[in-house]
Amino acid sequence: MSVLDSKIPEGPLEHKWNNYKNTINLVNPANKRNIDIIVVGTGLAGGSAAATLAELGYNVKTFCYQDSPRRAHSIAAQGGINASKNYQGDGDSDYRLFYDTVKGGDYRAREANVYRLAEVSGNIIDQCVAQGVPFAREYGGQLDNRSFGGVLVSRTFYAKGQTGQQLLLGAYSAMNRQINRGKIQSYTRHEMLDVVIVGGKARGIIARDLVTGQIERHSAHAVVIASGGYGNVFYLSTNAMGSNATAAWKVHKKGAFFANPCFTQIHPTCIPVSGEHQSKLTLMSESLRNDGRIWVPKKLEDAKAIREGRLKPTELAEEDRDYYLERRYPAFGNLVPRDVASRAAKERCDAGYGVNKTGEAVYLDFGSAFMRYGKEAVATQKIENATEAQIKELGQKVVEAKYGNLFQMYEKIVDENPYETPMKIYPAVHYTMGGLWVDYNLQTTVPGLYAAGEANFSDHGANRLGASALMQGLADGYFVLPYTMGDYLAADIRTGAIPTNSPEFDEAENKVREQLEKLMNTNGTKSVDHFHKRLGKIMWNKVGMSRNAVHLKEAIGEIKQLREEFWKDVRIPGEMNGMNTELEKAGRVADFLELGELFAKDALHREESCGGHFREEYQTEEGEALRDDENFMYVAAWEYTGEPADAILHKENLDYEYIEVKTRSYK
Amino acid sequence: MNLTLKIWRQKDANAKGGIVTYQLGGVEPDMSFLEMLDVLNQDLIDKGEEPVVFDHDCREGICGTCSLQINGEPHGPDRLITTCQLHMRMFKDGDTIVIEPFRAKAFPVIKDLIVDRSSFERIQQAGGYVSVNTSGNTQDANAILVPKDKADTAFDAATCIGCGACVAACKNASAMLFTSAKVSQLALLPQGEVEADRRVLAMVEQMDKEGFGNCTNTGACEIECPKGISLENIARMNREYLRASTK
Repeated sequence: MSVLDSKIPEGPLEHKWNNYKNTINLVNPANKRNIDIIVVGTGLAGGSAAATLAELGYNVKTFCYQDSPRRAHSIAAQGGINASKNYQGDGDSDYRLFYDTVKGGDYRAREANVYRLAEVSGNIIDQCVAQGVPFAREYGGQLDNRSFGGVLVSRTFYAKGQTGQQLLLGAYSAMNRQINRGKIQSYTRHEMLDVVIVGGKARGIIARDLVTGQIERHSAHAVVIASGGYGNVFYLSTNAMGSNATAAWKVHKKGAFFANPCFTQIHPTCIPVSGEHQSKLTLMSESLRNDGRIWVPKKLEDAKAIREGRLKPTELAEEDRDYYLERRYPAFGNLVPRDVASRAAKERCDAGYGVNKTGEAVYLDFGSAFMRYGKEAVATQKIENATEAQIKELGQKVVEAKYGNLFQMYEKIVDENPYETPMKIYPAVHYTMGGLWVDYNLQTTVPGLYAAGEANFSDHGANRLGASALMQGLADGYFVLPYTMGDYLAADIRTGAIPTNSPEFDEAENKVREQLEKLMNTNGTKSVDHFHKRLGKIMWNKVGMSRNAVHLKEAIGEIKQLREEFWKDVRIPGEMNGMNTELEKAGRVADFLELGELFAKDALHREESCGGHFREEYQTEEGEALRDDENFMYVAAWEYTGEPADAILHKENLDYEYIEVKTRSYK
Repeated sequence: MNLTLKIWRQKDANAKGGIVTYQLGGVEPDMSFLEMLDVLNQDLIDKGEEPVVFDHDCREGICGTCSLQINGEPHGPDRLITTCQLHMRMFKDGDTIVIEPFRAKAFPVIKDLIVDRSSFERIQQAGGYVSVNTSGNTQDANAILVPKDKADTAFDAATCIGCGACVAACKNASAMLFTSAKVSQLALLPQGEVEADRRVLAMVEQMDKEGFGNCTNTGACEIECPKGISLENIARMNREYLRASTK
């Protein structure tokens, strides 16, 4: 029944990519000058793809809604980037990185793609260093590494807590070099509103200039969608305010299949929601779980007293605290993977043990770390008869050196000093593993239309490991697309420039204009945010961290209803011809209102629990995720047919030839 | 909290702008400054008026999109943060807050509080990079050792978020701190040293062309910079420039 061809090259796993590169078609340099490529999104995937394709000689146009490519949300990634360099000599290899990624993804990723990712990971670090990315270094002048959750080696390269920023500025500088050469035309404050398909191939886009409001036509021989994930369907997430799924959703409606939309990562350590006015959530790096211990009170009455402000957490005796991760998962303790840690926090809070006024927070406590580091400091500094207070102070200094900027950020937002009282944290939507379905070439089901980075689905299965998103974005852009697109474009050397006056462009532009006019003319009574917030609540309550058939069916109905209400009652002040930020938001929310329904439909159909997708009906007696490999070891790729409810399911079966499929256990 | 907001409104780049006064109630100390503006905008939309537009995106202090001159200071009264990290607990009930766009000839207003910072883009495009192609065959990342202190100093310069607070804080609207941060980062690293002369000359030339003013060492930029970019970078750029231009 499937029309999906993943185009995995023949040969043994470790030779596939090399064999592929040796046999593909190439475009000669003179012909590259006659070929145009559009890249939508300028984060790590889009920025690196644009720079590399332009270096090769193609004419590239980039589009971003921000006022500069440097502001794409890759900039906010904190922790680091993985690579199988094995600089630490701790036994790392391409195979281990590949294995950890497939296992971490709960066996729902494609083997060949993940192996290639591991294979090029080392090249990424070489490339970034050559660009002048200032990674952390050791005193000997070599690159430093640290360790992240779910793995047994140190393979994470980092630049303090700003790794995403530094890598993005590296890709941005590579783009700037090509802009200076005239090989990239950078369109900032522009939003792609549709793809144009001519003769079955992606041949251009319709974009809106967000300053003048003008609708523009841009043609090309191929189009890359690198516009990031769709986490903002939940309204509250760690994504940027402008992060949206419009480019990905519009191409889905034009024929690109959307894969595994229900695979969403909820990150366990974020600052809890403080009130109704909240506009976004802030992440506290996973690295904090190396030293922080997570707990809630053992007794319900203590939790109640804390919520009501009658009891301070520091007053609660050790034996009255429930370190639930250490209790449930003694082997991994506080360093279980993200999906497991998030669910465990929700379970405790749902049972009534939450510790803030909304009952949706747990403690991340550094008290033990202060004492442990303090005792070390006392020993190395040979201080005799140190008091408890002295030990604590010395320990706090060590913690400050490691995580000082994060503690400062927490204090600015929450107005509590985390050195004196434990941090309060709660899970929040962070990353979407699902996305546009792509084959080995990163091509969608529409010829000439590619998807890279978080916008595609391919490498993380049902759960992404820390420090792997940056790796994937740069692998796709620097090292994969330049080859795979060349193979495709070799057939286009005689095509010549694509005209923008064709009926296909006329039709696409008219549709875009119609939708904008419809939004402007609705003249309803409620703001765009009103609908977005309501959608977010449905998604969080019924399609969030744990799901069941009853809630999912309700959600599907409620989202459909909300969508109808939106189109009748949304109010957008101002004009279409000019800058109108409400109109921009409205278009994005209109797409989220469709995507959310497909998301719930996908979650309903997947009758198993795996990675970030937890179905309450499918769990073990201890409450752990229960996978069903016999019936669900496939990628669910949805074809749009007019309404999200009518989307047709296509399955790409996953074969594991090089990895033994096991139950993930962290006990 | 109840506040009086005096906000710069301007229809578009060609229109004449002016201050409009708004009364806003129901502000909570836990709100961020931008969430306070969200509440104002919700009120305006409910009344059928156009909301106040302002630049913002990540709302966690790293993308560099948000700006705003708040009571005369870029990013407001707190230190080492961007506007999106400023919280209303820094203000008191009954306060009057004046909110304007970043002011500089090279940052023309697009609408309300949004300014055009593409001049910064052009400075980077003039030379803010290392000329290396992507090949997968660049040498191993550990082949060239970089002393830790140099790598750390380069990192500190590289943390610039390109928000433009330095320009807005400067009485001359100088972009020296911004430009010198990139010049420094790459001049300090062996990978960037090779074309350091060409880079500093090109970037400074573009900076001047864009209409930014000169540096008179008042140090306001360093104080207002949300990332604490050091004035030493300006000194380093001056040295680099002098050396390159006398060759």
